Amino acid sequence: MAAAKSRVIPGFAPTLGVTLFAVSLIVLVPIIALFVRAAGLSPAQFAAEAFSPRVWAAYRLSFGGALAAACFNAVAGLVVAWVLVRYDFPLRRLLDALVDLPFALPTAVAGVALTALYAPTGPLGGLLLSVGIKIAFTPAGVVVAMIFIGLPFVVRTVQPVLQDLAVEHEEAAASLGANRLQVFRLVILPAILPALVTGFALAFSRGLGEYGSVIFIAGNMPGLTEIAPLMIVTKLEQYDYAGAAAIATVMLLTAFVLLLVINGAQKWRQLRFGRA
Amino acid sequence: MRSAPLREATPVRLALIALALLLLGLFLLAPLVVVFGEAFKAGIDAYFAALGDEDTLSSIRLTLAVAVCTVPINLLVGVAAAWCVAKFDFPGKTLLTTLIDLPFSVSPVIAGLVYVLMFGLQGWLGPYLHAHHIKVIFALPGILLATLFVTFPFVARELIPLMEEQGTEEEEAAVVLGAGGWQIFRHVTLPNVKWGLLYGVLLCNARAMGEFGAVSVVSGHIRGRTTTMPLQVEILYDEYNFVAAFAVASVLALLALVTLAVKSFFEWRYARELAADGRA
Repeated sequence: MAAAKSRVIPGFAPTLGVTLFAVSLIVLVPIIALFVRAAGLSPAQFAAEAFSPRVWAAYRLSFGGALAAACFNAVAGLVVAWVLVRYDFPLRRLLDALVDLPFALPTAVAGVALTALYAPTGPLGGLLLSVGIKIAFTPAGVVVAMIFIGLPFVVRTVQPVLQDLAVEHEEAAASLGANRLQVFRLVILPAILPALVTGFALAFSRGLGEYGSVIFIAGNMPGLTEIAPLMIVTKLEQYDYAGAAAIATVMLLTAFVLLLVINGAQKWRQLRFGRA
Repeated sequence: MRSAPLREATPVRLALIALALLLLGLFLLAPLVVVFGEAFKAGIDAYFAALGDEDTLSSIRLTLAVAVCTVPINLLVGVAAAWCVAKFDFPGKTLLTTLIDLPFSVSPVIAGLVYVLMFGLQGWLGPYLHAHHIKVIFALPGILLATLFVTFPFVARELIPLMEEQGTEEEEAAVVLGAGGWQIFRHVTLPNVKWGLLYGVLLCNARAMGEFGAVSVVSGHIRGRTTTMPLQVEILYDEYNFVAAFAVASVLALLALVTLAVKSFFEWRYARELAADGRA
């Protein structure tokens, strides 16, 4: 069935043509090329390339770091979104605009800035070092960078839902004798949970693939503070294209699974509230 | 003003505001301040001397060239994609939307890698390109392709929800009145989505100028030739030339701040227009 929603409006064929051409050329064919290259390896070769101890350690840091950062961001993002939506205080609008900074700031700039900040010689790094905490050039530094780039995802998915929340439900709960914490736990949290899950998954997925803001603060010590995307770069520098393709395949398949989770969470939200 | 049972107690409220300020200050504001602090550490003369360096100037030129080449392409394709996805129904539409969004979920390093696998010396087309002395990887075409990939979804992403919300009645009316496709887009659709479109272009531009991972993989880091501004930041930083690295970084940070300021302006404009519509 190739029926258009409205065949009256012109321009379907040319715009679809341009879109298909561009999507194929820029996205689809290159990604297929990647899978074909990885499929050229025997299973044993693939496992040796994609699951060597050094690469395995990198996956663990990328997954663990992204998970820790996304958990932190789920809580921190909820607090920030709550404060921005519900309270009025000086500079609120400016802070609201600041939330988008990680979307607009080039990742390399974020990377060198975070490193300067958290290095033992930096203002925050020095302070933390005096109480025995090292951030830069340790896995904790990786998590800090992932928190930076993931925070706006949670804030920006939760914020609109919090804004649209009907005050009547809260009034009903309060009139039935619920205290503020009960209202939050039993009325507000269930309503924003799907958005929170979406934001969490988006932040996690971004942290998993992040490169620019992480590699400066990580220090990149083999087996200790190397992230998965860096392993692809390392393989490429050794002209090991097949190895790079194998690692990229593992990461891409993970990204696809995450994409399904994110879409699932959005459907859940629509089912629950009848709209996006 | 919410009535007392629907508000948190004042101490709780103040504590939450303080926590939010701490989080935003520590994780977002502090890195931004550090960029400018480090850039001007050795004084204003050293700052401008660092920016006047020949390799740095050529990285600025290359970055501008990359944005000038990629943003118009993505604008055109993004508008076309939004038009066919938002105004028509066809089989495979969900798949097409997923593919348009895909670059957002892919690591930027992989975005660079796929082009190396296609056009690199050991890639699919590598031997052919080498025989004909065409350089894609470690040259401008590779940088453009990688940038196109990572900035691909921005315009369509902004436009599709706006154009879907708008429906098709106004366009149908225009057809009945005898308007052609281009006239309909220019006079009926565009006025309704212009702020969204501008915002999409703005984000697309910010990312095109600031992309690091994807460009880093395909660029080869040839100083003064295939080094964009973010790569120049990395090179200078790795040489421990911190003042120069942060000077270049501060220019990129300024670009980000302008992007955010214009975005806030659009939202303010847009909100006023929506309010005006509501009153009419």
